[in-house]
Amino acid sequence: MYRAHVLICGGTGCTSSGSVAIQETLAKQLKEKDLEDEVKIVQTGCFGLCALGPVMIVYPEGTFYSRVTPEDVEEIVEEHLLKGRIVERLVYSDTDEENATETSLNDTTFYKKQKRVALRNCGVINPEVIDEYIGEGGYQALGKVLTEMTPDEVIKTILDSGLRGRGGGGFPTGLKWKLAAGNQADQKYVCCNADEGDPGAFMDRSVLEGDPHVVLEAMAIAGYAIGASQGYIYVRAEYPIAVHRLKIAIKQAREYGLLGKNIFDTGFDFDIDIRLGAGAFVCGEETALMTSIEGNRGEPRPRPPYPAVKGLFGKPTILNNVETYANIPQIILNGADWFASMGTEKSKGTKVFALGGKINNTGLVEVPMGTTLREVVEEIGGGIPNGKKFKAAQTGGPSGGCIPAEHLDIPIDYDNLISIGSMMGSGGLIVMDEDNCMVDIAKFFLEFTVDESCGKCTPCRVGTRRLLEILEKITSGKGTLEDIDRLEELAAYIKANSLCGLGQTAPNPVLSTLRYFRDEYEAHVVDKKCPAGVCKDLLQYTIIEDKCKGCSACSRKCPVGAISGEIKSPFVIDQTKCIKCGACIETCKFGAIEKK
Amino acid sequence: MKSLAELAAIREKMKNSVAMRDGASGIRVVVGMATCGIAAGARPVLNTLVEGVAKEGLSEKVTVTQTGCIGICQYEPVVEVYEEGKDKVTYVKMDVDKAKEVVEQHLKGGKVVTKYTIGK
Repeated sequence: MYRAHVLICGGTGCTSSGSVAIQETLAKQLKEKDLEDEVKIVQTGCFGLCALGPVMIVYPEGTFYSRVTPEDVEEIVEEHLLKGRIVERLVYSDTDEENATETSLNDTTFYKKQKRVALRNCGVINPEVIDEYIGEGGYQALGKVLTEMTPDEVIKTILDSGLRGRGGGGFPTGLKWKLAAGNQADQKYVCCNADEGDPGAFMDRSVLEGDPHVVLEAMAIAGYAIGASQGYIYVRAEYPIAVHRLKIAIKQAREYGLLGKNIFDTGFDFDIDIRLGAGAFVCGEETALMTSIEGNRGEPRPRPPYPAVKGLFGKPTILNNVETYANIPQIILNGADWFASMGTEKSKGTKVFALGGKINNTGLVEVPMGTTLREVVEEIGGGIPNGKKFKAAQTGGPSGGCIPAEHLDIPIDYDNLISIGSMMGSGGLIVMDEDNCMVDIAKFFLEFTVDESCGKCTPCRVGTRRLLEILEKITSGKGTLEDIDRLEELAAYIKANSLCGLGQTAPNPVLSTLRYFRDEYEAHVVDKKCPAGVCKDLLQYTIIEDKCKGCSACSRKCPVGAISGEIKSPFVIDQTKCIKCGACIETCKFGAIEKK
Repeated sequence: MKSLAELAAIREKMKNSVAMRDGASGIRVVVGMATCGIAAGARPVLNTLVEGVAKEGLSEKVTVTQTGCIGICQYEPVVEVYEEGKDKVTYVKMDVDKAKEVVEQHLKGGKVVTKYTIGK
């Protein structure tokens, strides 16, 4: 029996910041101090505060240590684990250092406003030990479904809960299941879309890494509901930790008989296999994903027929996203009403967001639907670093749009986001401040979709390329006002005529930045200026004569020798040579160089 | 695994373990584990309390944790019991057998073992 548990984050974020070395050092220290039988080390999934990694929580106190280094470990063992004295200097506290007294993670602003349903076990259990999942109520929902409920009752519960697809589209999950259940076939399939491809999004990865069994359990429940006996998880090969833990989870579930033949002696058979994706963004699109599972090149196919009618290998199939599945067992156990009590009228439950960009608490948060963007950014996210001003938040990745400051108080749900020209997307939330150029952002996402377009249909293959070329023309200062009109016209055409979701949504970053930041586009075109100072071709570095002391520091730093002058008299930048690297600004001690 | 009963058995077995991570629960038992406490033998006392609480199935109600020196080194090992709405109870000069009694009578039975408390 252990008297303390030390939880160390083994998510991708903390692993890359060195949590493995910490775990090894801790194990060694515990052995040296003869505490091995008293203190248990638990490797968990993501806690959410990736910016503060590697993170460690010590129970029963619930002390949250952040940015731990291997050198700190001895002190933690010696002071905290042995003598019960919390190592204050490593305890994470909110921005208010003076009054920060909370040592438990749950008391911090970051966690207080969160409601963890899909992430409930992430950072709590060891994902590689099935018993810990069971200890937290795991596989109870599967047991309940198989022994107490009919497939129709399961579908009705999911329908009544109001759960909508968390992958981005927001299609009612229960309806998807109902359609697939209604189609008769000798074989049906349950698929899990874990091909998370949006830049900056890592919600699904964290669930798979932190709580893989919840996905297996939910897929088995789905299998029972629609009458399928085989499931596939399509996961990116770029998620090695997630794949590793999924494999362990599937093996353990099979050993326990929770996957396989005759589960719980009810005659229900269900098994799951993993299929690795090779990293094509388009394979996150449901028909392309199924084509890829079948062993073919990942290209979308026209719908209808929808997967519920003719999906994988031509059989009725349901495909849900990882986060959607992560909600299912809780809905079964707590009931549809419990789930429907959270959220807004048309969007129930919670949503996980991956916070990134210009924000203090980079990481993973789960909030009830209807929480405002302001709460997420300013309170949970801890605001914008360096006192900069919020400019916009980008949701939905390359398929989504941006939300400007004027809409910060809008409650986040599927319909509200669409009404302001963005979308929920899978949950990536990238915060931008005044130093971000919106035309440049649109260009960034277009570069991504041009690279990732599969090439099957012309509007997407050729259209996105042309869109990008116009954006490049604008950011290089060669654009005209007609180009802006052409952008809009072409965007509308691509949206209307592309075969799959990738092309249909690819112009969204352009359209939404145009909608809210048209003045920035016009500044690039008319004034030939980039207001945020990002687009290099529109910038000029000049030396302010009055402030220059003639010290020559900048000219010595300039990599292309563009700065010249005589000592003790003002220097000059040769604009024909300047490559706008900004090295001179960083070097000047007198603030004599300006960027415009 | 062929039955729900087996699943329930695993859950029961794991409950003691994972309950600790749900945060502090009703009764908090704190053992002084500074240099003085350790020297006086606080570690076996702490471990006895942890094991006793688990054995009696009190894990969801009782949290056992350690603390630093509370200043009465001559009375170590010191064990204090905090309970919402009740006065703090301080046990002094504890050992393994006394700890077992505290688990049995106080933590399980709700009766303070006055013969071991400070001042008696």
